[in-house]
Amino acid sequence: MTDISDRQQLGYIASQAADARLNLELETEGMTLNIGPQHPATHGTLRIIAKLDGEQVIAADPVMGYMHRGYEKLTEVRTYPQVTSLINRIDWLGSFANEVPFILAAEQLMEVEAPPRAQWIRTILFEMSRIANVVLFLGDMAVQVGAVTPVFFAFRDREHILNQIESATGGRFHPNFDRIGGLKDDLPAGWVAETKQVMKKMRGFCDEIETLVMGNEIFQKRTRGIGVIPPDVGLQYGLSGANIRGSGVDWDVRRDNPNGLVYDQVDWKVWTHPDGDSFSRFWVRLQEVREATKIVDQLLDTIPAGPIMAKVPRIIKVTAGEAYVETENPLGVMGYYVISKGDLVPYRVKIRSASFNNMSITPWLLKGVYVPDIVTILGSLYFILGDIDR
Amino acid sequence: MSLLAELSYWQQTSLRVVGGLAGVLLVAGTLVYLHLFKMVSFMQSRLGPMEAGPFGSLQLLAEVGKHLQKEDIFPRKADKFVFAAAPFVILASTFLLVVVVPAGPDAWFINNDVGIYLGMAVSSVSVIGILMAGWGSANKYSLLGGLRATGQLIAYELPLILAVVGVVIQAGTMNMQGIVIAQAEGEIFGWGGIGNPYILTQGVAFMIFMIAMQAELTQAPFDMPIAESELVSGYMTEYSGMRFLLFFIGEFATAGVFASVASVLFLGGWWAPIPGLEWDDNTWNLLGPIVLITKIVILTFIVFWVRFTFPRFREDQLQRLAWKFLIPIALANIVVTAIFKVWI
Repeated sequence: MTDISDRQQLGYIASQAADARLNLELETEGMTLNIGPQHPATHGTLRIIAKLDGEQVIAADPVMGYMHRGYEKLTEVRTYPQVTSLINRIDWLGSFANEVPFILAAEQLMEVEAPPRAQWIRTILFEMSRIANVVLFLGDMAVQVGAVTPVFFAFRDREHILNQIESATGGRFHPNFDRIGGLKDDLPAGWVAETKQVMKKMRGFCDEIETLVMGNEIFQKRTRGIGVIPPDVGLQYGLSGANIRGSGVDWDVRRDNPNGLVYDQVDWKVWTHPDGDSFSRFWVRLQEVREATKIVDQLLDTIPAGPIMAKVPRIIKVTAGEAYVETENPLGVMGYYVISKGDLVPYRVKIRSASFNNMSITPWLLKGVYVPDIVTILGSLYFILGDIDR
Repeated sequence: MSLLAELSYWQQTSLRVVGGLAGVLLVAGTLVYLHLFKMVSFMQSRLGPMEAGPFGSLQLLAEVGKHLQKEDIFPRKADKFVFAAAPFVILASTFLLVVVVPAGPDAWFINNDVGIYLGMAVSSVSVIGILMAGWGSANKYSLLGGLRATGQLIAYELPLILAVVGVVIQAGTMNMQGIVIAQAEGEIFGWGGIGNPYILTQGVAFMIFMIAMQAELTQAPFDMPIAESELVSGYMTEYSGMRFLLFFIGEFATAGVFASVASVLFLGGWWAPIPGLEWDDNTWNLLGPIVLITKIVILTFIVFWVRFTFPRFREDQLQRLAWKFLIPIALANIVVTAIFKVWI
């Protein structure tokens, strides 16, 4: 320990003293627990510095950036079609959904509109990637509270969705299928009927999870009233997606601003839950998977014929200008602010990813909870590390 | 008593130890373990072990071999002696508990008049081992896990013992062999066709015993001390190689051992109602272990079925369950049993 500089040493001593001063009345010593970056509950490399008094959290501080890959900078040296293969990796569980807002922003700048068939298929794949993503959450949340088995069911049934995405796009996790002005390919033969079968299976999975996990009394005991986010606090921290709808705020970009996706063509419902606790976030996500299967079913019925690609030049140079498009991704609102100078490559891309904003509430939310509830709350906020550190 | 009567004491003892190890413990351990592997895999819609031996039946050996090859790592700041000794303390408490379980009219390790009392006493020793592991690892997760485990095991020791008291009152003996015989000779309203397995008259005690046993084993829904999603692996976090294997064996073996205690107390132990076969027949020395192992497999199935289905309680919730529900119910059960015992 000779190589520690004085400043570091002083800092260390000060932090130890702060720990010891946490609870003077009971003469208990505080403890700083370093959760992560390598920890099973953090889905990757999130780090949370938690100051504990016994089992109670005094303060929790998330440290992000262990998986930062510099995507915003990398997009500046990639042509527009190349960017999609990069931003696929932001939220790796629902990859296709990452491509859509970027492509929509580029289309908005170029003043191109995808033909109706492409719009329909885009929306179908968008919702399917939502199912693929959230299904895993439904199983993973059970793991967070200690039930091991449901996650195996989630992986088993997610395969059906991934198979369909693979047969349509050629990629299971990273389709890279969306193009400016349309899609890469048309649907393969027989895909529509198969997908309908899969949607039926997914509804069965939702029923299974509802009885196996959500109906379980221990699960309810562990999640009800834990990590309550009041709607105004949630809005101030910029939460989006199921996290804010779980607090009773009726805000869904799909309905409010479809932006070139055909959500106005189908009959569906935005679910909200008034409680704002971990359970309500789970509940809202479960209903959203059901709703997504309904949306896909209806779109499959009404899918129009026609081309899947609009007339775009072979070498894409996006018109100079600025555009911001956001969509309701599986994790929440995701937006791309694209600035173009009329080049082959974007001048600057700002990515607004949902998990980064959703994580920002954790210091507020984790204050005063018990250690076991940290994982329940983090699990119910549902973040993907790639979506936090782009 | 006839079979071993001519032999001297040391001959009897060594025969018992060898016979018990080879005939009961090894068989039960292997069967329970393999059954669990396949059962859990089936529940989680996967195949389970398939490579080692036919249908993965030699998986247990493969696991032991793997762990023996691994490096035995000590954390730099660990309390070396405490850290190294902890798994052996836990394993010792498990194997001392086996000693009191009889497997036939003559097939027992010790035939002690306070058998169940001894068993409950040695089973509590594992708390010390867990606390040693939690403290000795010099790891905050281990410490949290160890402290949680200590609080939990002490809380659930009480309902476990209070549930046993009901059986002891009804059988009128603390001798494990005596409890089996009392069930074999028992009668239900004057009809002795199936004896009187105490699960029928002590159903409440059986439920409490199974719940408390689940908590004593630190299995879900009471696995807060291990809690792999938050405490990494609780008090086992820093262990690797052979010592981790010892914890692992301890965890599974204790499940089997507690199941054997429960089957003796509530399901009639090595005895089964076979017409024309009295309990003191010599055949039971061969048949008994088979019957006992069957019951162990059934009970461990329940334990692991629950374990792989339920989420876990929070620490305060499981303490509340023990002190506010299980202990009062167990006390009421003792009172009711005592009243019936005196009056009928």
